[in-house]
Amino acid sequence: MPLLSNPFGVHERALALRDQRSTILAANMANVDTPNYKARDINFREILEGASNPNMMDLTHREHMNTEFGASGDILKYRMPSAPSLNGNTVEMDVEQGQYADNAMRYQATLTFLNSKISGITKALRGE
Amino acid sequence: MSFFDVLAISGSGMHAQMIRMNATSSNLANVGVAASSAEEAYKAKRAVFRTIYDTSAEDYKASVGVEDVVHADRPNERRFEPGNPLANEDGYIYISNVNSIEEMMDMQMSSRAYQANVEVINTAKKLVLNTLRLGK
Repeated sequence: MPLLSNPFGVHERALALRDQRSTILAANMANVDTPNYKARDINFREILEGASNPNMMDLTHREHMNTEFGASGDILKYRMPSAPSLNGNTVEMDVEQGQYADNAMRYQATLTFLNSKISGITKALRGE
Repeated sequence: MSFFDVLAISGSGMHAQMIRMNATSSNLANVGVAASSAEEAYKAKRAVFRTIYDTSAEDYKASVGVEDVVHADRPNERRFEPGNPLANEDGYIYISNVNSIEEMMDMQMSSRAYQANVEVINTAKKLVLNTLRLGK
Protein backbone atom coordinates (compact mmCIF):
# COMPACT_ATOMS: atom_id res chain seq x y z
CA MET A 1 0.00 0.00 0.00
CA PRO A 2 1.90 3.07 -1.21
CA LEU A 3 -0.02 5.46 1.03
CA LEU A 4 1.36 3.90 4.20
CA SER A 5 4.76 2.60 3.03
CA ASN A 6 5.87 5.95 1.65
CA PRO A 7 3.23 8.44 2.75
CA PHE A 8 5.14 11.64 2.06
CA GLY A 9 6.83 10.71 -1.21
CA VAL A 10 9.05 13.39 -2.66
CA HIS A 11 7.72 16.12 -0.37
CA GLU A 12 9.90 15.11 2.54
CA ARG A 13 12.98 15.68 0.40
CA ALA A 14 11.55 18.87 -1.07
CA LEU A 15 11.04 20.28 2.41
CA ALA A 16 14.67 19.61 3.37
CA LEU A 17 15.92 21.15 0.13
CA ARG A 18 13.82 24.29 0.55
CA ASP A 19 15.19 24.53 4.08
CA GLN A 20 18.78 24.34 2.80
CA ARG A 21 18.08 26.83 0.03
CA SER A 22 16.79 29.38 2.53
CA THR A 23 20.24 29.36 4.20
CA ILE A 24 21.96 30.08 0.89
CA LEU A 25 19.60 32.94 0.05
CA ALA A 26 19.90 34.40 3.56
CA ALA A 27 23.70 34.29 3.21
CA ASN A 28 23.42 36.17 -0.09
CA MET A 29 21.31 38.88 1.51
CA ALA A 30 23.58 39.18 4.56
CA ASN A 31 26.53 39.70 2.20
CA VAL A 32 24.88 42.36 0.05
CA ASP A 33 27.61 44.91 0.86
CA THR A 34 30.62 42.58 1.10
CA PRO A 35 33.23 43.36 -1.58
CA ASN A 36 33.87 40.49 -4.03
CA TYR A 37 31.13 38.24 -2.61
CA LYS A 38 29.52 36.09 -5.30
CA ALA A 39 25.84 35.20 -4.91
CA ARG A 40 25.15 31.43 -4.85
CA ASP A 41 22.07 29.33 -5.44
CA ILE A 42 21.03 25.78 -6.24
CA ASN A 43 18.94 24.40 -9.07
CA PHE A 44 16.07 23.01 -7.04
CA ARG A 45 14.44 21.01 -9.83
CA GLU A 46 17.72 19.37 -10.88
CA ILE A 47 18.50 18.17 -7.36
CA LEU A 48 14.97 16.98 -6.69
CA GLU A 49 14.94 15.00 -9.92
CA GLY A 50 18.24 13.47 -8.86
CA ALA A 51 16.66 12.56 -5.52
CA SER A 52 13.72 10.79 -7.09
CA ASN A 53 16.00 9.04 -9.59
CA PRO A 54 16.51 5.43 -8.47
CA ASN A 55 19.87 5.29 -10.31
CA MET A 56 21.45 7.82 -7.96
CA MET A 57 24.42 6.37 -6.12
CA ASP A 58 24.09 5.71 -2.40
CA LEU A 59 26.66 6.75 0.19
CA THR A 60 27.45 3.45 1.88
CA HIS A 61 30.95 4.31 3.10
CA ARG A 62 32.25 7.40 4.81
CA GLU A 63 34.94 7.82 2.13
CA HIS A 64 32.28 8.07 -0.56
CA MET A 65 31.99 11.48 -2.14
CA ASN A 66 28.83 13.36 -1.41
CA THR A 67 27.66 14.73 -4.73
CA GLU A 68 25.06 17.00 -3.20
CA PHE A 69 26.70 19.88 -1.38
CA GLY A 70 30.27 20.66 -0.52
CA ALA A 71 32.97 18.40 -1.97
CA SER A 72 32.18 18.60 -5.67
CA GLY A 73 30.54 21.99 -5.45
CA ASP A 74 28.94 21.77 -8.87
CA ILE A 75 25.45 21.68 -7.36
CA LEU A 76 26.02 25.00 -5.64
CA LYS A 77 26.03 27.42 -8.54
CA TYR A 78 26.87 31.09 -9.01
CA ARG A 79 24.15 33.54 -9.88
CA MET A 80 24.72 35.63 -13.01
CA PRO A 81 24.13 39.30 -12.15
CA SER A 82 22.11 41.44 -14.54
CA ALA A 83 24.50 44.35 -14.05
CA PRO A 84 28.14 44.32 -12.91
CA SER A 85 29.11 46.28 -9.81
CA LEU A 86 32.39 48.05 -9.06
CA ASN A 87 33.16 46.16 -5.85
CA GLY A 88 32.85 42.73 -7.46
CA ASN A 89 29.71 41.82 -5.52
CA THR A 90 27.06 39.96 -7.52
CA VAL A 91 24.19 40.10 -5.00
CA GLU A 92 21.12 41.90 -6.27
CA MET A 93 18.82 42.56 -3.34
CA ASP A 94 15.54 42.51 -5.30
CA VAL A 95 16.38 39.19 -6.96
CA GLU A 96 17.36 37.60 -3.66
CA GLN A 97 14.28 38.90 -1.87
CA GLY A 98 12.05 37.59 -4.63
CA GLN A 99 13.73 34.19 -4.56
CA TYR A 100 13.55 34.04 -0.78
CA ALA A 101 9.83 34.86 -0.78
CA ASP A 102 9.23 32.28 -3.50
CA ASN A 103 11.18 29.68 -1.53
CA ALA A 104 9.27 30.44 1.68
CA MET A 105 5.93 30.25 -0.13
CA ARG A 106 6.73 26.89 -1.68
CA TYR A 107 7.99 25.60 1.68
CA GLN A 108 4.66 26.60 3.17
CA ALA A 109 2.85 24.89 0.30
CA THR A 110 4.74 21.65 0.94
CA LEU A 111 3.93 21.94 4.64
CA THR A 112 0.24 22.36 3.86
CA PHE A 113 0.37 19.34 1.57
CA LEU A 114 2.05 17.22 4.24
CA ASN A 115 -0.49 18.37 6.82
CA SER A 116 -3.43 17.32 4.69
CA LYS A 117 -1.72 14.01 3.92
CA ILE A 118 -1.23 13.34 7.64
CA SER A 119 -4.81 14.22 8.52
CA GLY A 120 -6.00 12.04 5.60
CA ILE A 121 -4.04 9.04 6.85
CA THR A 122 -5.26 9.60 10.42
CA LYS A 123 -8.82 9.68 9.17
CA ALA A 124 -8.30 6.49 7.16
CA LEU A 125 -6.77 4.67 10.15
CA ARG A 126 -9.62 5.72 12.45
CA GLY A 127 -12.14 4.64 9.85
CA GLU A 128 -14.29 7.66 10.50
CA MET B 1 17.25 22.35 10.47
CA SER B 2 18.81 25.10 8.39
CA PHE B 3 16.32 27.75 9.44
CA PHE B 4 18.28 28.13 12.65
CA ASP B 5 21.33 28.85 10.51
CA VAL B 6 19.27 31.53 8.77
CA LEU B 7 18.81 33.26 12.13
CA ALA B 8 22.58 33.19 12.73
CA ILE B 9 23.47 34.39 9.22
CA SER B 10 20.94 37.22 9.14
CA GLY B 11 21.91 38.13 12.70
CA SER B 12 25.53 38.52 11.59
CA GLY B 13 24.31 40.69 8.72
CA MET B 14 22.37 42.91 11.11
CA HIS B 15 25.35 43.20 13.42
CA ALA B 16 27.66 44.20 10.55
CA GLN B 17 25.18 46.80 9.26
CA MET B 18 24.86 48.17 12.79
CA ILE B 19 28.63 48.72 13.00
CA ARG B 20 28.51 50.44 9.62
CA MET B 21 25.69 52.68 10.83
CA ASN B 22 27.74 53.55 13.93
CA ALA B 23 30.59 54.66 11.68
CA THR B 24 28.14 56.71 9.60
CA SER B 25 26.66 58.45 12.64
CA SER B 26 30.17 59.27 13.93
CA ASN B 27 30.94 60.78 10.53
CA LEU B 28 27.74 62.81 10.43
CA ALA B 29 28.30 64.11 13.95
CA ASN B 30 31.74 65.32 12.90
CA VAL B 31 30.76 67.23 9.77
CA GLY B 32 32.64 70.52 9.68
CA VAL B 33 34.56 69.93 12.91
CA ALA B 34 37.86 71.84 12.94
CA ALA B 35 41.32 70.92 14.24
CA SER B 36 44.71 72.62 14.34
CA SER B 37 46.60 70.18 12.09
CA ALA B 38 45.83 67.81 9.20
CA GLU B 39 46.82 64.81 11.35
CA GLU B 40 44.45 65.75 14.17
CA ALA B 41 41.51 66.57 11.88
CA TYR B 42 38.67 64.04 11.79
CA LYS B 43 38.74 61.57 8.90
CA ALA B 44 35.59 59.84 7.67
CA LYS B 45 35.39 56.20 8.80
CA ARG B 46 34.02 53.39 6.72
CA ALA B 47 33.41 49.73 7.68
CA VAL B 48 34.67 47.08 5.24
CA PHE B 49 32.79 43.78 5.29
CA ARG B 50 34.14 40.30 4.82
CA THR B 51 32.39 36.96 4.25
CA ILE B 52 32.94 34.33 6.94
CA TYR B 53 32.51 30.83 5.53
CA ASP B 54 31.67 28.12 8.02
CA THR B 55 33.66 25.19 6.63
CA SER B 56 32.68 22.89 9.48
CA ALA B 57 29.00 23.02 8.46
CA GLU B 58 27.68 20.46 6.00
CA ASP B 59 25.59 23.02 4.15
CA TYR B 60 26.65 26.29 2.62
CA LYS B 61 26.89 28.83 5.41
CA ALA B 62 28.32 32.28 4.72
CA SER B 63 27.85 34.89 7.41
CA VAL B 64 29.31 38.37 7.34
CA GLY B 65 31.67 40.24 9.62
CA VAL B 66 33.50 43.55 9.75
CA GLU B 67 37.04 43.10 8.44
CA ASP B 68 38.27 46.59 9.21
CA VAL B 69 37.23 50.21 9.68
CA VAL B 70 39.20 52.32 7.22
CA HIS B 71 39.64 56.08 6.90
CA ALA B 72 38.71 58.03 3.81
CA ASP B 73 41.94 59.26 2.18
CA ARG B 74 40.51 62.54 0.91
CA PRO B 75 42.72 65.45 2.09
CA ASN B 76 41.29 67.60 4.88
CA GLU B 77 40.27 71.07 3.80
CA ARG B 78 42.57 73.88 5.06
CA ARG B 79 40.95 77.18 5.88
CA PHE B 80 42.48 80.54 6.88
CA GLU B 81 40.77 81.60 10.12
CA PRO B 82 43.24 83.43 12.36
CA GLY B 83 40.53 84.34 14.88
CA ASN B 84 39.67 80.68 15.56
CA PRO B 85 41.08 79.45 18.90
CA LEU B 86 42.08 76.19 17.17
CA ALA B 87 44.10 77.94 14.46
CA ASN B 88 47.80 77.09 14.24
CA GLU B 89 50.59 79.68 14.28
CA ASP B 90 50.01 80.47 10.59
CA GLY B 91 46.30 81.03 11.19
CA TYR B 92 45.00 77.88 9.49
CA ILE B 93 42.41 75.36 10.69
CA TYR B 94 41.75 71.91 9.20
CA ILE B 95 38.16 70.74 8.61
CA SER B 96 37.02 67.08 8.82
CA ASN B 97 36.83 65.38 5.40
CA VAL B 98 33.27 64.06 5.81
CA ASN B 99 30.95 64.38 2.82
CA SER B 100 27.49 64.54 4.38
CA ILE B 101 25.64 63.60 1.16
CA GLU B 102 27.76 60.47 0.83
CA GLU B 103 27.08 59.62 4.48
CA MET B 104 23.31 60.08 4.13
CA MET B 105 23.31 57.69 1.17
CA ASP B 106 25.43 55.16 3.03
CA MET B 107 23.05 55.35 5.99
CA GLN B 108 20.08 54.76 3.69
CA MET B 109 21.77 51.71 2.16
CA SER B 110 22.67 50.13 5.48
CA SER B 111 19.20 50.73 6.85
CA ARG B 112 17.67 48.98 3.81
CA ALA B 113 20.04 46.03 4.19
CA TYR B 114 19.26 45.83 7.92
CA GLN B 115 15.52 45.76 7.19
CA ALA B 116 15.97 43.03 4.61
CA ASN B 117 17.77 40.88 7.19
CA VAL B 118 14.95 41.46 9.69
CA GLU B 119 12.40 40.35 7.10
CA VAL B 120 14.40 37.19 6.41
CA ILE B 121 14.43 36.34 10.12
CA ASN B 122 10.69 36.99 10.45
CA THR B 123 9.87 34.68 7.53
CA ALA B 124 12.20 31.96 8.81
CA LYS B 125 10.64 32.19 12.28
CA LYS B 126 7.14 31.81 10.85
CA LEU B 127 8.16 28.77 8.83
CA VAL B 128 9.86 27.10 11.80
CA LEU B 129 6.74 27.56 13.92
CA ASN B 130 4.56 26.15 11.14
CA THR B 131 6.90 23.16 10.80
CA LEU B 132 6.67 22.48 14.53
CA ARG B 133 2.89 22.34 14.22
CA LEU B 134 3.10 19.77 11.41
CA GLY B 135 0.47 17.04 11.75
CA LYS B 136 -1.56 18.81 14.42
